[in-house]
Amino acid sequence: MRRIISVLLENEPGALSRVVGLFSQRNYNIESLTVAPTEDASLSRLTVTTSGSDKVIEQITKQLNKLIEVVKLVDLTEGAHIERELMMVKLKAVGSQRGEVKRTVDIYRGQIVDVTNSVYTVQVAGNSDKLDAFIKSIAEGSVLEVVRSGVSGIARGEKVLSL
Amino acid sequence: MELLSGADMITHFLADEGVEHIYGYPGGAALHIYDALFRQDKVQHILVRHEQAAVHMADGYARATGKAGVVLVTSGPGATNTITGIATAFTDSIPLVVLCGQVPSTLIGEDAFQETDMMGVSRPVVKHNMAIRHPSEIPDVLKKAFYIAQSGRPGPVVVDIPKDMTAPNERFEYEYPSKVKLRSYTPPMRGHSGQIRKAAEMLLNAKRPVIYAGGGVIIGGASAQLIKLVDRLNYPVTCTLMGLGAYPGTGKNSLGMLGMHGSVEANQAMHNADLVISIGARFDDRVTNGTDKFCPGARIIHIDIDPANISKTIKVDVPIVGPVGSVLNDMHAIFDELAGQPDQDALASWWKEIDQWRARHGGRYEPSTQDCIKPQHVVEVLHKVTKGDAFVTSDVGQHQMFAAQYYKFNKPNRWINSGGLGTMGFGLPAAMGIKLTHPDEEVVCVTGEGSIQMNIQELSTCKQYGLPLKVVLLNNEALGMVKQWQDMNYESRHSHSYMGSLPDFTKLVESYGHVGLTVRKLDELESTLEKAFAMKDELVFINVYVDPAEHVYPMQIARGSMNDMWLNKTERT
Repeated sequence: MRRIISVLLENEPGALSRVVGLFSQRNYNIESLTVAPTEDASLSRLTVTTSGSDKVIEQITKQLNKLIEVVKLVDLTEGAHIERELMMVKLKAVGSQRGEVKRTVDIYRGQIVDVTNSVYTVQVAGNSDKLDAFIKSIAEGSVLEVVRSGVSGIARGEKVLSL
Repeated sequence: MELLSGADMITHFLADEGVEHIYGYPGGAALHIYDALFRQDKVQHILVRHEQAAVHMADGYARATGKAGVVLVTSGPGATNTITGIATAFTDSIPLVVLCGQVPSTLIGEDAFQETDMMGVSRPVVKHNMAIRHPSEIPDVLKKAFYIAQSGRPGPVVVDIPKDMTAPNERFEYEYPSKVKLRSYTPPMRGHSGQIRKAAEMLLNAKRPVIYAGGGVIIGGASAQLIKLVDRLNYPVTCTLMGLGAYPGTGKNSLGMLGMHGSVEANQAMHNADLVISIGARFDDRVTNGTDKFCPGARIIHIDIDPANISKTIKVDVPIVGPVGSVLNDMHAIFDELAGQPDQDALASWWKEIDQWRARHGGRYEPSTQDCIKPQHVVEVLHKVTKGDAFVTSDVGQHQMFAAQYYKFNKPNRWINSGGLGTMGFGLPAAMGIKLTHPDEEVVCVTGEGSIQMNIQELSTCKQYGLPLKVVLLNNEALGMVKQWQDMNYESRHSHSYMGSLPDFTKLVESYGHVGLTVRKLDELESTLEKAFAMKDELVFINVYVDPAEHVYPMQIARGSMNDMWLNKTERT
């Protein structure tokens, strides 16, 4: 089952490599990974999406917790949560394609953030399924480049992951 | 507060931390620290002949005393040579602090001479590692290193020290930090009282119980609490390879070791139990055999300080996360309050069954003859000559299993071996680390001719520091355990398990300035060992030629249940 694990990590050199190393060492799977400092400069927030049996997920969270630089973590998929991913796509846009691409972008509530004579650069945010669907809805051969941020997530309601 | 260079801070810190010995090898990036060592007399440095041995020495010291062993090496090859030693300690949860020199911070990343990314190289085999980024951090980082290494589930900690951090002309304020602040690391201090009560009740209601004790009992200093538990309930107890001595090997409730080369009674009792309580053990694959067939009728209680060990390989019914000593103390308090007794009739018939299993094999082996000495026999004679009270280290292979099976350890911290990683070359340097701090105790390394040659250069270190330990070589002129597997699984195709050109060990040890003795005949065995141990001030190396065809039994049959075992070359359960 797919899981989103959110980790508060000491913002120190090498801390990220410990997390990534743990996954490869123990043969766990990383589907996406995002990391950036938080409002407290001494902490980074890391979000990893992974999948595995309940037993594997339990080991992943326990082994992550053992890393000295991991301050706290939560498996967001255990409760109601919001997940978002940002995608930027360069799309071929000439002639009649320009109007069609624009309409599709609007449907997905994306924005065209850069334009040339032949290319639109589009930004779309949402959960990963929505981004997949957007790509599928674009005519084959029109997609020139895709960059995705990986998933970030936060719990719904009053639950917070903080010190 | 004093103003000190980074290098002097390191030596001052080690002295303030109470470190008496460090083991190491100098080189360019560590020379400022070595100069600081030269100018003080509180910390004694032991110069080894290979960095791997320095780590094993520190490890042997740590296993015998429970305190962190300390290593100092230079960058590059000095650091990478420590990796096998660090991994050995990591797998067996042994506290170490390994100080590694590094090229100056200005050169890091430039492929400088003797530069290796030791943080990266060591990362998978350490509990934690840290790099010094400013000399003023040194006291705090070292304090954290010792705290992390020794607390919770212990383990090795590497500190990477770029040479410019120890420059003699840059001085900073030094004060020994008495406290550590680590917001992200809080090892468990107590077990959950509700879970402990539940476990105590289950124990009292068991009909076919087994206590399965591991290295955690020894590391956690909980041997007394374990013995009290066994005595209180009169339950059978089996120890893992790492746990031998946690309960006395000659004690009346001891079933001996369990697992791959465990006793018949231990493995049968586990397989037929209705309740297993694991105390400081981790259901290692060398214990469980096929996990799908493990203890089919048992409910399982698991006490472990590391939550990640809970239900990692075997799903347990009652997990208790906490230090084994405090959990057992709490459990005893609950027993006092409950004041119940186990079902004595059920227990009596359980013991009867166990005694029948014991009779089935009972550690028997074909007796030695005048020209063919059995390795098991050598260990039994060693036990007799040392009154069962020596510190025994071993390397890895058949000799290790024979020592584990036949030297009945009655005290914790006396059996010192690389159980988890299985590191050949461990035994001699580990024995050195013990002898250095226990000069009045007998320290014996039981080894094989394959293993001993992996760190034999340390005989030179033994001479330099006057370490009169004893080495008992069970010489079967082959890599015995490899050969045994080839006999059993590869139709005796002995691919590269025979060593030609063995040295004349007597001449070899004599050239290092020690005493070498050889035993070929049975009637020389005991007298030669007596003679060796009578030489209190000499390192004596006893080369005993043993039966090259001998196998270690019992032996579990791969992927079977715990009680699927070969009892000898032809009989199985």
